[in-house]
Amino acid sequence: MIEFSLKNKLIFDGYVLTTNAVMLMLTAAAWAVLTAGMSYASELRIGSTYTTQDSGLLEVLLPAFEKATGIKTRAIVGGTGQVLKYGERGDVDILLTHSPADEVRFVANGYGTERREVMYSDFVMIGPKTDPLKLRGSTDMVSAFKKINQAEVLFASRGDDSGTHKMELRLWARAMLSPAGKWYLSTGQGMGQMLLIANERQAYALSERGSFLAIKKRLDLEVLIEPEPPLANIYGVTLINIARHPHINAAAAKQFADWITSSAGQLAITTFRIDGKQIFFLPTSTSVPIKKAS
Amino acid sequence: MADAIHQAFLLLITGDADLWRIVGVSLRVSLSALLMATPPAVLLGFFLATTRFSGRRVAVITLQSFLSFPTVVVGLVLYLALTRSGPLGNLNMLFTQDAMILGQAIIAFPVLAAATLAAVQGADRIVRETALSLGATRSAAILTTLFEVRFALMAGLFNGFGRVISEVGCAMMVGGNIAGLTRSIPTAISLETAKGEFAQGIALGFVLIVLALGVNAALNFFQGEGGMK
Repeated sequence: MIEFSLKNKLIFDGYVLTTNAVMLMLTAAAWAVLTAGMSYASELRIGSTYTTQDSGLLEVLLPAFEKATGIKTRAIVGGTGQVLKYGERGDVDILLTHSPADEVRFVANGYGTERREVMYSDFVMIGPKTDPLKLRGSTDMVSAFKKINQAEVLFASRGDDSGTHKMELRLWARAMLSPAGKWYLSTGQGMGQMLLIANERQAYALSERGSFLAIKKRLDLEVLIEPEPPLANIYGVTLINIARHPHINAAAAKQFADWITSSAGQLAITTFRIDGKQIFFLPTSTSVPIKKAS
Repeated sequence: MADAIHQAFLLLITGDADLWRIVGVSLRVSLSALLMATPPAVLLGFFLATTRFSGRRVAVITLQSFLSFPTVVVGLVLYLALTRSGPLGNLNMLFTQDAMILGQAIIAFPVLAAATLAAVQGADRIVRETALSLGATRSAAILTTLFEVRFALMAGLFNGFGRVISEVGCAMMVGGNIAGLTRSIPTAISLETAKGEFAQGIALGFVLIVLALGVNAALNFFQGEGGMK
């Protein structure tokens, strides 16, 4: 029959295409495995968060560390929750994350051996310049969350179990609300990507300050609420337990933890600027009155 | 691993609301996209198969090369068009289900058009000529020809469905993977795997595979009849 031979031709064409594609992919995969294997052993894999990547900090910190120690690094970036899971499975050698309670638990559960505080940044509320709820200039994040929930205006959430997402959930809990509905956009994405979504949909959102400032020029959004006292975003490094994962690069990891908390590392953090503004501060710093948000 | 699979089955049989919402988004987006793309794609395929004009060869080659067009490039172009500062920015469509449907329709279009082209080209010209000589109108002759090659068309439609239901790149880029709105099966699997929440990912993977099997079984069934007649 007519359609029968046709179908065969279609299937045959598809088959050839697929076979070629598969061969190509296998070759590429084999090549990737071979070349990756060569540099794999000496490399330090740092599990870090979207906020450190999207603010541009990692681009400054990692080359400075590589220059100081000669150790090659690779950043594996995700939300804090995700990066902690990488750590639990031994997929990374060290963590640089921002959810202190989870990091302490990580060590307590035996996945890590040590946690050191590294720096702070802070969280702000960003939103459309038209600011339909007139939140601009307020310093009270919780009441802003209540207004957003009541008016059901668009609000973009990370929704990815990241440090920023956990902070947002704490604020909803403090407002005694559980947000749900078409206005609540749970994006499940990184800091920068979520800000792009907030921009397109002209939604309010909780953002880490550095990540927002880094791409502010491309956004039609602005900082509307800088809470008082500031909502501190506390970063720590956590060393993975080598007893649990013998293959990890523990020596290089220790060197990274030492370096980032040394005067050289801390200088790299405090001299990092976005538009002339310092974003990350030292945990012992007294010049910036950032208090721990409960 | 075994634990994750166990949990996945629990999610499936307990009718987990999140899981089925994701399946719903996927089905709605894919079917709407096919509905949107099929009429123009079939018309284009038919036109290319039956009309001689200069540049026809180029058109056919272009159409066929679009079959292997990377879906992320479709996503990128659509993103640039729909972003607030882009030419279609005032539609406010980026990161909505409509944007996803549009993207999947663009991805399905060449599959459907090429299938129609191949089907009609291979169909006996006598069918159309006979219909015309028996006094059929032009559109009636088109419908007669399309009806003759319905099994091949259906194969194209199922191919298109397979391509869009499992598509992740474009869906992620223009949909934004927003829970309940634009989170489809493949984008959800990608997110859950990244989060290390394997149970939900495995459960959704099963749904996707069952859907694919169902579609292929249906295709086989229809084509089996086609071959028998």
